[in-house]
Amino acid sequence: MKLTVWTYEGPPHVGAMRVATAMQGLHYVLHAPQGDTYADLLFTMIERRNHRPPVTYTTFQARDLGSDTATLFKTACQDAVDRFKPQAIIVGASCTAELIQDDPAGLSETMGLTIPVIPLELPSYSRKENFGADETFYQIVRALAQPQDRTARITCNILGPTALGFRNRDDVEEITGLLSDLGIDVNVTAPLNATPADIARLPAAHFNVLLYPETGEAAARWLEKTHGQPFTKVVPIGVGATRDFIAEIAAITGLACAADESRLRLPWWTSSVDSTYLTGKRVFLFGDGSHVCAMARMARDEMGFEVVGIGCYNREQARPVRAMAKSLGLEALITDDYLDVEAAIAAASPEMIMGTQMERHIGKRLGIPCAVISAPVHVQDYSARYSPVMGFEGANVIFDTLIHPLVMGLEEHLLTMFRDDFEFNDAAGPSHHGGAAPTAAVGASGGSTAEKAIVEPALVEVATITADTDNVVWLSDAERELKKIPFFVRGKARRNTEAFAAQKGIQHISIETLYEAKAHYAR
Amino acid sequence: MNDLTPLGGGCRTAPVLKQRGQREVFCGLTGIIWLHRKMQDAFFLVVGSRTCAHLLQSAAGVMIFAEPRFGTAILEEQDLAGMKDAHTELDREVARLLARRPDIRQLFLVGSCPSEVIKIDLARAAERLTQIHAPHVRVLNYSGSGIETTFTEGEDACLASMVPVLKDTTARELLLVGALPDVVEDQMLALLGAIGIDNIRLLPARRIDDTTAVGPNTVFALTQPFLGETHAALMRRGARHIAAPFPFGEDGTTRWLQAIATEFGVSAEVFAAATDAPRDRARRAIAQASEHLAGKSVFFFPDSQLEIPLARFLTRECGMTAIEVGSPYIHDTLHGPDLDLLAAGPQISEGQDVDLQLDRARAARPDLTICGLGLANPLEAEGLTTKWAIELVFTPVHFYEQAGDLAGLFSRPMRRKSLLRLEAAE
Repeated sequence: MKLTVWTYEGPPHVGAMRVATAMQGLHYVLHAPQGDTYADLLFTMIERRNHRPPVTYTTFQARDLGSDTATLFKTACQDAVDRFKPQAIIVGASCTAELIQDDPAGLSETMGLTIPVIPLELPSYSRKENFGADETFYQIVRALAQPQDRTARITCNILGPTALGFRNRDDVEEITGLLSDLGIDVNVTAPLNATPADIARLPAAHFNVLLYPETGEAAARWLEKTHGQPFTKVVPIGVGATRDFIAEIAAITGLACAADESRLRLPWWTSSVDSTYLTGKRVFLFGDGSHVCAMARMARDEMGFEVVGIGCYNREQARPVRAMAKSLGLEALITDDYLDVEAAIAAASPEMIMGTQMERHIGKRLGIPCAVISAPVHVQDYSARYSPVMGFEGANVIFDTLIHPLVMGLEEHLLTMFRDDFEFNDAAGPSHHGGAAPTAAVGASGGSTAEKAIVEPALVEVATITADTDNVVWLSDAERELKKIPFFVRGKARRNTEAFAAQKGIQHISIETLYEAKAHYAR
Repeated sequence: MNDLTPLGGGCRTAPVLKQRGQREVFCGLTGIIWLHRKMQDAFFLVVGSRTCAHLLQSAAGVMIFAEPRFGTAILEEQDLAGMKDAHTELDREVARLLARRPDIRQLFLVGSCPSEVIKIDLARAAERLTQIHAPHVRVLNYSGSGIETTFTEGEDACLASMVPVLKDTTARELLLVGALPDVVEDQMLALLGAIGIDNIRLLPARRIDDTTAVGPNTVFALTQPFLGETHAALMRRGARHIAAPFPFGEDGTTRWLQAIATEFGVSAEVFAAATDAPRDRARRAIAQASEHLAGKSVFFFPDSQLEIPLARFLTRECGMTAIEVGSPYIHDTLHGPDLDLLAAGPQISEGQDVDLQLDRARAARPDLTICGLGLANPLEAEGLTTKWAIELVFTPVHFYEQAGDLAGLFSRPMRRKSLLRLEAAE
């Protein structure tokens, strides 16, 4: 047993639902107790879908336990087929049904249905949501894809986008447009908006674009092995990765690929002088492996940030994340325990977090701004406006997303210059927050209001711990001088100074030590 | 008081449509979300799967990030292999939890579908853990599993688990049962105080130290319609139930208070002096808020067992017509007084086959449909106006001062529909 409050991922049958809900003409018959229908609201509320997920639950109750549940399953299965007339169904069990050992695969086989029935084995007690989606999509592709000739024109499939995927809707549109610029048509996008008949046509494409390794890699590998379709390895998030992605496609297809970069604004925005203040901003990245790896490259190479921590919650992507961490001189944090993440963030004390909605709340608690870059996300990250993270428009979107939580360069400069001014002192906070008194610390949503109120206790705690462990004590005049440093860099100054003092064997930090350390770390 | 029993004879004896099939409802674990806010020194530890943790996270929404006093001990593969291990594992997790949260005085081990199916004996675990952690922490157990409980029945199971360990008393006292928002609870106590009743106990109390006692001279009133098990457990302790309609709206609140006043022999003058002003206020607030409701039809999908008293409120006090009133369970003892007041006409249904019920709703095209979040947006997309039911459990809606807000919850979606002009101007 493991005590949990937050979970980054749901159970694997929720992954299967993400595939079923993404598709059309497919129905999922899920052997599950009353109550498991809660997962419907992830789709109808968070993603705001205008239809019920195509899932029929057997919703067995205590009085049904015994031989009855098998009959219940068959009835539910037959009713679903009669009512919804799907082209194919997938059948499986949720965690509780896994324990009562009715066999959905065997049961549905004996029913003599005339449509394909695809049984799913999803081990609920050892695997999670992303595995469920990947495995389900793989089983569907394996069951339905038919051998056939390639299309006359060079076409590709887009693999991996699902329901409840982070920005999947707009990524698909952006990458479809990009491929079109390169003269490549999309044969089938799957699972998002594909029908079982579309899945049958997958092998007609010349190659596959694997947009989301978490949810499409097993299918991509099977298509490569069985139908000889190569798949792309670069996830096109960021300018560099998108260019690499295009080069990869050029190599696969032999086409001279040239993309239209006329609307790409990130390179100029990040080069312009107001972005100079982004240099060396210390960021901590956490999320699903693919987004974290791609965004780490962006953070370093395209934003000029310093990556001070990196990790993922899905152990399936541990290897690439470890490799990326190594290239950054870091140790990857592979965990699904948010308390570990919180501790790692507190220890690294970054100036910004790039993470999931959990990290956004960790950031709120620690007073660190956060930009959301990965699922799990909440309703506000399923936006009405066009906001991909992939391709060139995706790069523009991410630039905006990453700088908004930060105090902008000019403003930061003013805060430093006029730090004793009544309008620009610590307590006033950044001017775009209206200079409100930083008391209402926990708003219902958004932003990093009230930095001071939250940061100060955190600092006090750090100081106490440091004093206990390393015997470093701040003299009161040094402490006062430290307070003159703007609050958003004060944490770094304190940490650097203490590290410097420890290194030099200094036990009492004076103003002198503070400025010695500042000189030491000057960049 | 005027007898306003409807001429049609009410719905108490109306034939109930009972269907079994797919049920689009929450399980009882969801009750934790509001119970833990009410019981300030309690922690709710679900023994279940990742699905249970995911459900709590989805249902708790933003609240989950505020150091909530609930969590899930997720069963892993090794736990399924052998039973003996499960108890050692549980003991260790509980010890860790209590060490980290010394403010916790009562711990509920909450059973789930997986823990019930593999028959982990949580009752025995609760006894053992009570001994280990006595006297500081009391450990109790109940099941919030989907196979046994529907949504608000989780609160019922929780309160019923507390009844056997309540202190004994022989005093003639009024016990008020059901978790209400603090503001509503305070209003209720003030109203009862004004008619001269102040020997009152609450279940659940806000803290374990606020001792609640029960005995043969206890009379109890329910503030929520989903407390069947708790009702039975209190009867077993010798307490007597005051049957009444539930305190929604001006009429419902008055009748609920009147039933208690009658039990305690409160004179009509004292009752009128205490209630006339708030009754008038409530009537005016309802009239204002229910402007868009009069003459409109309403269809209830089953969710919380609040459906019958709310249908009574909407039809009698807001001028609506009920088409179907679905409830996950109907207890005659609890829901009878409200059914008596509900004019004959609507289909009363218990249980659910969701696809068939959706067919009925589509055929009836109600002006307002009360349903869960899994159905609300899909029905809106089909052109129906919906009010999501779960809000009725979280929001203060009981008694006089909230009567206008309650009507407002139903009229807001209708008002919104009339405000939005999204089609072309032509």
